[in-house]
Amino acid sequence: MSARDNILARIRSGLGLPGTAAGAERAQIADYIARNPRGPRPSFDATDLVARFCERSVKLGSTVERVASLAEVPQAVARYLKASALPVTGVVWPALQALSWQEAGLSFQAREANGLDLVGVTGAFCAIAETGTLMLLSAADTPATVSLLPETHIAVLDAARIVAGMEEAWALMTSEREGLPRAVNFVSGPSRTADIEQTIVIGAHGPYRVHVVCHG
Amino acid sequence: MQLTSSLFKRNVRHKLVDASLQHNMKRFGGRFSQARAIAMLEVDNLEAIRTAAAAIRDRSLAHLDSYLMAFEERAMACGTQVHWAETAQDVNRILIDIARAHHVKKIVKSKSMVSEESGLNEAVAAAGMAAIETDLGEYILQLAEEPPSHIIAPAIHKSVEEVAQLFSEKHHTTLQTDIPALCREAREQLRPHFLSADMGISGGNFLIAETGSVVIVTNEGNGRMVTTLPRVHVAITGIEKVLPTLNDFSTVLRLLTRSATGQSITNYVSVLTGPRRDHDRDGPEHSHVILVDSGRSRLLGSELQLALRCIRCGACMNHCPVYQNIGGHAYGWVYPGPIGAVLTPSYVGLENALDLPQASTLCGACQVVCPVKIPLPELMRVLREKSFRLGLRPWHERWAIRAWRFAADHPRLYGWMTRLAVRLLHRMGGKEGLLHRLPGLDGWTDGRDMPAPSGRTFRDRYRETRP
Repeated sequence: MSARDNILARIRSGLGLPGTAAGAERAQIADYIARNPRGPRPSFDATDLVARFCERSVKLGSTVERVASLAEVPQAVARYLKASALPVTGVVWPALQALSWQEAGLSFQAREANGLDLVGVTGAFCAIAETGTLMLLSAADTPATVSLLPETHIAVLDAARIVAGMEEAWALMTSEREGLPRAVNFVSGPSRTADIEQTIVIGAHGPYRVHVVCHG
Repeated sequence: MQLTSSLFKRNVRHKLVDASLQHNMKRFGGRFSQARAIAMLEVDNLEAIRTAAAAIRDRSLAHLDSYLMAFEERAMACGTQVHWAETAQDVNRILIDIARAHHVKKIVKSKSMVSEESGLNEAVAAAGMAAIETDLGEYILQLAEEPPSHIIAPAIHKSVEEVAQLFSEKHHTTLQTDIPALCREAREQLRPHFLSADMGISGGNFLIAETGSVVIVTNEGNGRMVTTLPRVHVAITGIEKVLPTLNDFSTVLRLLTRSATGQSITNYVSVLTGPRRDHDRDGPEHSHVILVDSGRSRLLGSELQLALRCIRCGACMNHCPVYQNIGGHAYGWVYPGPIGAVLTPSYVGLENALDLPQASTLCGACQVVCPVKIPLPELMRVLREKSFRLGLRPWHERWAIRAWRFAADHPRLYGWMTRLAVRLLHRMGGKEGLLHRLPGLDGWTDGRDMPAPSGRTFRDRYRETRP
């Protein structure tokens, strides 16, 4: 018997179930997974999801700027970087390389990030109003390292893609994508630690700053 | 991790007179519990969510084999290799085999309590590889060669001065006690390791049966680093950590982060499914999961099964008056506090951790705050009864309990004895009404006086006031 068989047999004997999982049992759990019920959650005023998202993002330590359209994003990013005395060079998701970065005076390379990149610009699959969270899916043109390695993470977010909670985010993903990507990363503000004397310090291993440019 | 739970009383004696630990524990004080209380204010239906979360955990456990098989099937379909470890030693063996097969030299690790169970770092070092802890707290402890003392804030027992001294010694840098500067120092030390490591080891907060995913809930970003940058990722987690669906996970997550640190959500929540895809530019080329039993299946069907609901938030220890006074190391194994007092005897044998279920006032705070409603005081009571039944308690305690039972079975005798005892104690209390010493019960009076009884028993007074 393999370790797997031994463990599964011990589980079944502990639970007082006979033999191995029969078709009926497997069907029962498959049915539950297919029904995929949503649990209870805290209520919040969901009339203005964008406002809620912005408010919660700021609470998490992010900064947010709203612009009218996607075309205005590069100028907004340039303004933010200059105002914060940050480098105007960096790395951008290949998915966003078509935006007019150069015209805004920015020199971004479209690729995954390495340890030297100081600014990383990503999009977001969607965002969650309840907690002010960005949802990023990894793929060839949306590499995960861009939101992780640089000291400054700038996220470009379509206001129309802000959903109420994580459950709605999963539903949106299921309706638009086939299966899960390698990594779904929920990002809620800059990285932090409180491991020394419970003192919160912003900027642990990941970005020191998260700036969201929300368009639309 | 070396087991010293059988020396609990000795450990406690040392910890209670350790001035620096006492100072650090006082500073720690109520911060986590305050943060939790504030975070829960915005949850207007906390009880409904706790009930739902407990039901989700119970559902997973009631069909654990089926959910694990569903997880395995989906995970394998996405290219993850699934390994099963019956014991802690098996975890180390499997991990080292994977590392050798991939010609690994350097390993970066994010937090994994399961790997503490098996002493993974020592085993990896003995096999000629380096495993570097990257969670700031765990990194501090690796430098200090100490085990963690809290499941989510492992270096809670250390002061900034101690950390500063340690960094200055080990990094050969000038001493600095500014906390943000120390965090940056650790970041700069560890960044090159993330970029050069061959393998990343992480724990897994949850496994999702629906999708075959491993979920990691973190704040520092090191969990993302170790699961993204090295070419091999291995997640090590207990078999009980499976949840049916992503929606179930969303329900449980709302309570996990609030119960742990008082955050409505942590900075990062990563749902990882398989290795890098065909055209991906980053992510590991190989993805492995080690599912660890190591005593967990033994709890299924027993009175202690409810302990397997645990989602490792740490709220029970943050609210435990005993933990707050002795710190985590005194418990002598991986899991301290009330949940440790239940899990340690269950995993390492009651006879090796006999005093842990006794290390509670049964005040019930842990049960009140537990997000998945584990009746921890009741489970400690179960273990106390079991240790008595098995004859594991000291002879004088067993005889005292037998004598108590005899008296309780004979109400007249009981009444006569208590009347005699309270009169005697009243007289011993003298004018001050305080007992400085109780023969045979020095533990109560060594550090404080006990108020003397009034001289009359409850029964006497009840008889007088009864209408």
